[in-house]
Amino acid sequence: MIIGQIRDGIVLDHITAGKGMDIYKILGLGELNCTVAMIKNADSEKMGKKDIIKIGRVIDLDFDVLGYIDPGITVNIIRDGALAKRERLTLPERITDVIRCKNPRCITSTEQELRHEFKLTDREKGVYRCVYCEAKAKR
Amino acid sequence: MRSLIDIKDLTTGEIEELIAVAEDIIAHPQAYAHRCAGKKLATLFFEPSTRTRLSFEAAMYELGGNVIGFSSAQNSSTAKGESVSDTVRTVSCYADIIAMRHPKEGAPMVASRRATVPVINAGDGGHNHPTQTLADLLTIHREKGGFRNLTIGLCGDLKFGRTVHSLMSAMARYEGTRFVLISPEELCIPEYVKSEVLEPQHVPYTEVRELEPVMHELDILYMTRVQRERFFNEADYVRLKDTYILTEDKLRTAKSDLCIMHPLPRVNEISVSVDDDPRACYFKQVLYGKYIRMALMLKLLEEANV
Repeated sequence: MIIGQIRDGIVLDHITAGKGMDIYKILGLGELNCTVAMIKNADSEKMGKKDIIKIGRVIDLDFDVLGYIDPGITVNIIRDGALAKRERLTLPERITDVIRCKNPRCITSTEQELRHEFKLTDREKGVYRCVYCEAKAKR
Repeated sequence: MRSLIDIKDLTTGEIEELIAVAEDIIAHPQAYAHRCAGKKLATLFFEPSTRTRLSFEAAMYELGGNVIGFSSAQNSSTAKGESVSDTVRTVSCYADIIAMRHPKEGAPMVASRRATVPVINAGDGGHNHPTQTLADLLTIHREKGGFRNLTIGLCGDLKFGRTVHSLMSAMARYEGTRFVLISPEELCIPEYVKSEVLEPQHVPYTEVRELEPVMHELDILYMTRVQRERFFNEADYVRLKDTYILTEDKLRTAKSDLCIMHPLPRVNEISVSVDDDPRACYFKQVLYGKYIRMALMLKLLEEANV
C-alpha cells in the first residue's frame, strides 16, 4: 500500500497497534478538511505492528492527551517536505479534562464546572490520581 | 495563600516547628491569650463533628479570637444548592481563616483554590484529616519524647481509616519507624499506601490478622473505629465492626510505656475499663489536638499576614 508523502503536516508514528482509531477520534481528526491517512497494523521492526496517522496540515496537538493515551508515540512535524521537528512523547505530569474521576465520593461528582485534573504519581506503572480525592484513574 | 489540605503539605521542619509552638502554648498559655484578638475563624462543617469543630473553636477562643460558622449542611446555603466555591468566596469576606469539614473528598482543596483566606481541611470524607495527624504527632512527641525508633501498631480499619494513612505518611519520614498493620483482610491497608508511602521510603512493616501475638512489640497502639459511614453495604459493616476490641486482658503482654491512641469517637473497640489504664492516651490526644490547632492557626495567619 502506498500513501503519499506530505509536504506540510504531522506524522504520528509508533502508535500502539489498535489505538490509532482512538487517537483519531480524541483529536477530532474527522473534523479536519485536509488529508488524513490512518494506517493500521503497519509492520514495525521495533514494535512488530504499529498504527500511523498522517495529517496533511500542521495543527495544534495536545501532547499531554496524546502522551497519556499512548506515551510511546513519536510526533514528526513536516515542513516543506522535510522533517522539521521530532518529539517523543512521555507520560505528562498532569492531565486536565482528558478523563473523569469515577470516585462517587469525590467533590468532582457534585461541584459544577470543576475541571477533572489528574497527576502522575507513579511513572513506572503509569498511575494517575485525581488531584482532589487521590483516587486512581481507571485506564 | 497558604492552606493545609494534606499533611504532606507540611515539611518535616514545619511539623516540628508546629510541635514546638504547641509545647510552648501548653507551657505558657497566657502568652498566647490575645494573639488572635480581632481575628475570626469560620468553621464550615458540612457534616457532623463533636471534637474537631469544638477543638477548632476552643483553640481560636483561647487565642483571643472569635468564631462564626455552621455545623451542618442543612444550616447553610448548600441546602439551596450553593457550590463549595461560592460558599468559601462568600465566607472569605467575613473571616480571616476557614476550617472546613465536608463529606466529599477534595472539597477543602476546591475551597482553598477559591478562598482568599487560609483554609484548613478539618476532614474530607474518608480522605484526609491533617489536623488529626498533627494531634497524633504531638501526642507521640509528648508521650514518647520524640519520633525515632518507634514500632507503631495500627489496628482495625486500615482501608478506610483516613487518620491511619496520614499518620503513616507522617511517621514514615522518621528513622527507625516500623509499622505493624493489624486488620481483617477486608479492611487491610490499600496497596497504594504500600507502594507509594512505605516501599519508596523503605519503611519496614508486617501485616497480621490478630492483635494479641504482636502486642509485646508495640511502642504505640493506634486503634481505629470501623466506620459505618464508609460502607455502602450495611451487612459488611455489621460483619466487621466487632473484629478487634481492646480489653485490659489483651494488654497483659504490652510494654509498660505503651501509648494507646485512638482518633475517637470510639464505639466499642476499646473497652471502657481500659480508660483508667495509665497507658490510655486517647483523651490526652483530644486535648493536644486543641493546642496543635492553636499553633497551626497562628502559623497560617502569620503567613497570610492578616
